[in-house]
Amino acid sequence: MTAATAPALEADRLSIAFGGLKAVAELSLRVPARGLYGLIGPNGAGKTTVFNLLTGVYRPDSGEIRLAGTTVNGLRPNQIARAGLARTFQNIRLFGELNVLDNVRVAAAVRARSGLFRSLLRTPLYLAEEAAIVERSHELLDVLGIAHRAGEQAKSLPYGDQRRLEIARALATEPKVLLLDEPVAGMNTPEKKAMRSLIQSLRERFDVAILLIEHDMGLVMDICEHITVLDHGVTIATGEPAAVQNDPAVIEAYLGVPEGQAAIPDDDAEVT
Amino acid sequence: MKTLAERIAAHRPGLLRAIGGSAWPIALGFLFAYLMQTVLAPAVGDFYGKMMLDVGIAIVLGVSLNIVNGYGGQFSIGHAGFMAVGGYVAAAIVFYGSIKLWGSKDIHGGFLGPGELLLVTGCLVGGGFAALAGLVVGLPSLRLRGDYLAIVTLGFGEIVRVLLQQTDDVVMDPRKVEAASPIDLADNLGGALGFFGAPRYLDPKNPFWIWLFVVVVLLVAYRLKTSSRGRQLLAVRENEVAAEAVGVPTTRVKVSAFVLSAFFAGIGGGLYAHELGNSLRPTDLGFQKSIDLVIIVVLGGMGSITGVVVAATALTILPEVFREFSEYRMICYALALVLMMILRPQGLFGLRELWELAPWRKVFRRGGR
Amino acid sequence: MTKFVQVCLNGLTLGSLYALIALGYTLVYGVLRFINFAHSDVVTIGAWMAFVFAGILGWAGTDSPLIAMPVILMLSMAVCAALGFTIERLAYRPLRRAPRLNVLITAIGVSLLLQNAGQLKWIFGTQPQAMPKLLSEQALFTLAGVKVPVVDVVVVVLAFVLLVALQWLVFRTRLGQAMRAVSFDERTAALMGVNVDMVVSYTFMIGSALAAAGGMIYGLKYGSLLQSADSVWVLLGLKAFVAAVVGGIGNVRGAVAGAFLIAFIEMFGAAYRSPQMRDVYVFGILIAVLILKPGGLLGKATVEKV
Repeated sequence: MTAATAPALEADRLSIAFGGLKAVAELSLRVPARGLYGLIGPNGAGKTTVFNLLTGVYRPDSGEIRLAGTTVNGLRPNQIARAGLARTFQNIRLFGELNVLDNVRVAAAVRARSGLFRSLLRTPLYLAEEAAIVERSHELLDVLGIAHRAGEQAKSLPYGDQRRLEIARALATEPKVLLLDEPVAGMNTPEKKAMRSLIQSLRERFDVAILLIEHDMGLVMDICEHITVLDHGVTIATGEPAAVQNDPAVIEAYLGVPEGQAAIPDDDAEVT
Repeated sequence: MKTLAERIAAHRPGLLRAIGGSAWPIALGFLFAYLMQTVLAPAVGDFYGKMMLDVGIAIVLGVSLNIVNGYGGQFSIGHAGFMAVGGYVAAAIVFYGSIKLWGSKDIHGGFLGPGELLLVTGCLVGGGFAALAGLVVGLPSLRLRGDYLAIVTLGFGEIVRVLLQQTDDVVMDPRKVEAASPIDLADNLGGALGFFGAPRYLDPKNPFWIWLFVVVVLLVAYRLKTSSRGRQLLAVRENEVAAEAVGVPTTRVKVSAFVLSAFFAGIGGGLYAHELGNSLRPTDLGFQKSIDLVIIVVLGGMGSITGVVVAATALTILPEVFREFSEYRMICYALALVLMMILRPQGLFGLRELWELAPWRKVFRRGGR
Repeated sequence: MTKFVQVCLNGLTLGSLYALIALGYTLVYGVLRFINFAHSDVVTIGAWMAFVFAGILGWAGTDSPLIAMPVILMLSMAVCAALGFTIERLAYRPLRRAPRLNVLITAIGVSLLLQNAGQLKWIFGTQPQAMPKLLSEQALFTLAGVKVPVVDVVVVVLAFVLLVALQWLVFRTRLGQAMRAVSFDERTAALMGVNVDMVVSYTFMIGSALAAAGGMIYGLKYGSLLQSADSVWVLLGLKAFVAAVVGGIGNVRGAVAGAFLIAFIEMFGAAYRSPQMRDVYVFGILIAVLILKPGGLLGKATVEKV
């Protein structure tokens, strides 16, 4: 399979266990180029663990991960990011003391060729790249609607803007695939609506495939083309939204927990 | 949206901007150091002149430590160890080199003369050795959690001290020096008594090289802090997991910063070794010196260049002013450290520079963006 | 053979000393996850307090009664426990939620404060002092041609008794249970009704009392007390810390194992290789362990949660 026709992201029978507990078992996904893929499941189903596997934070016990046809198993997280996989975090992780623009610049610099020496000497290549980084970072903030906050400290942003900044930062690395971990968690209805249209627009604009973890079933069912449902690390259903919605196994998994609990993200408390 | 690679062509700087963007601070630095030498040094007299030399060296060391402790959020408490490596290597090169080249350990040539060029070579090579030591110490410990680095650097400083104390006496006889190969002389560093006899090129009348290196280290620190590449180091400090996730090779960034910091510490040590009135003994560059430098960085502001300059200046001058209370000096420093961490943990300035502080900010905003 | 037995004996006494000090580092690290840099200064103060009490009680001469040693030990341990309590209360507690780096800097500040305050004329002064001979210098028995002095036997026995007591405390009492709970997960322990502040206070008091015992033993064994800012004390504390890291920091048994390992390598290296390089061996081991098994010999590697 050549890179041109290969899916943007492909996971093949991924498994990992922590001390005998199977956190993820035999997970397979195929996210096509510019696809929008949803990963859902009750709390503790192993969704974030899947993200940690895909981004190299954990090493799978078995299985393979391919990014545009190239195997990326065993690479360090920063190498995988360079290979074209970017992510956001469920419990937001910004560079708090840096300002909003710098948060994006740091990520954009990953694509720059000038290293430490050129930066210290300020060679023409460095100057050109730095100007391009700043320009692109400003445009990204503009797309995400937080351009007016460019000079503010990241940790002082309101919650919703922090989530947007995380997305801007992830996009700055010029990814082929974007992993979003609960992008609308803790948002109210108008905010959710805005975020939804934003997510949809990103695919065209950045030529990127999106893999989405979300508790908000409505959002996932609405925008995703394909969904995989996890429960206790096991894939209990996969397919188009309509099919998944009516799958008895899915209904059982979700009815097993109270409705309210499934809709509330579990670590809002950690967000500052 | 256009990628970075597609944008670069549009931003290629013209020749003028390329030179203006990179070279003018260097030219200005030369001018500054030259003026310090020719205008200020003759004017201030020996007492204040010596104090200014000490201030300059404290700035070089403080700003270099700030790269690791302030920008990187790693914690090195063995900076004097790197200073010792650089100082001893530079002293050995200048001392034995003078004898081999010119048959005498005395100062050779005047301002910008061949002797001073040997001094600069010694300092740079000393910095190189210190950087190498930084690589050896940094590679294993920077892969681990932060507070281990503190212990390993502390241990490193102690090892340097012990090893230096084991060395043999300095060879004073020029004929013996000329007969010996450089490798033989590498062990003749003076032992516990210290390396005496290195020519003192830097004195109150002759501070040029100190101020030139001050400008260089300030420039490097500033460019590191303002470039996107350098900001990666700050990003690692702020959130290592997130930095890794956006493609920052965190280990490499940390080790590079550590090596760069050690390099300038080595240069600072080389300057220290050739300043009139200093003694170069293993115990002079021990734990106490490391702690003095840590205090400069912590009080000045973890990450603020101007903050560290202010702190380095104040903490060099104040002990001279309050000489009669010297037994309380360290107690005051210690209390300042503890209180600072409880009341204002980011240091006096935090990440900010002098010109970014509140009263000035408004003025600059109106003028700038 | 005589040399070998002598070196083993030295290793055993030094290891006991390191173990007592290393436990203070490991206990505090286990509960609060930070390196208490001021611990070595508590050791110093423990040793000096023993000197001060011996003077006050009039036991500074050569023929002190048998009761002198335990009484002074108790007093010194009590003073250091109070000191540990105070340090934690004033300097560390305000920073319980602060980044680790800030706590480390505070600890260095406290360490400097104790060192330099101890040097003041009206505290311990800047002159080294000779530790009173509270124990007989005579050999208790002879083993393979090596005279074993009373001091060494007392050192090893005392360390052993204190270690067993600590083991009992940590694994058999309610306080120990609470300490382990806080160590495992502070937030959950607090939710389960454990008084975290109290547990931390006790931990500091216990660690500091052990440090006092270590300091006093050091004085008795080596006879002289250097001024409080001397690098000998820093180095003593540092090696005990290395022992704690090598054994697996946060692990009580690991600290003891690490202490004896370090002491034996140091003593054998000094006896059979070069005595000047003993510090280099110790830090060499530290770096080797950090590279090969970062969690320590008996510790577990931890992965940060993402």
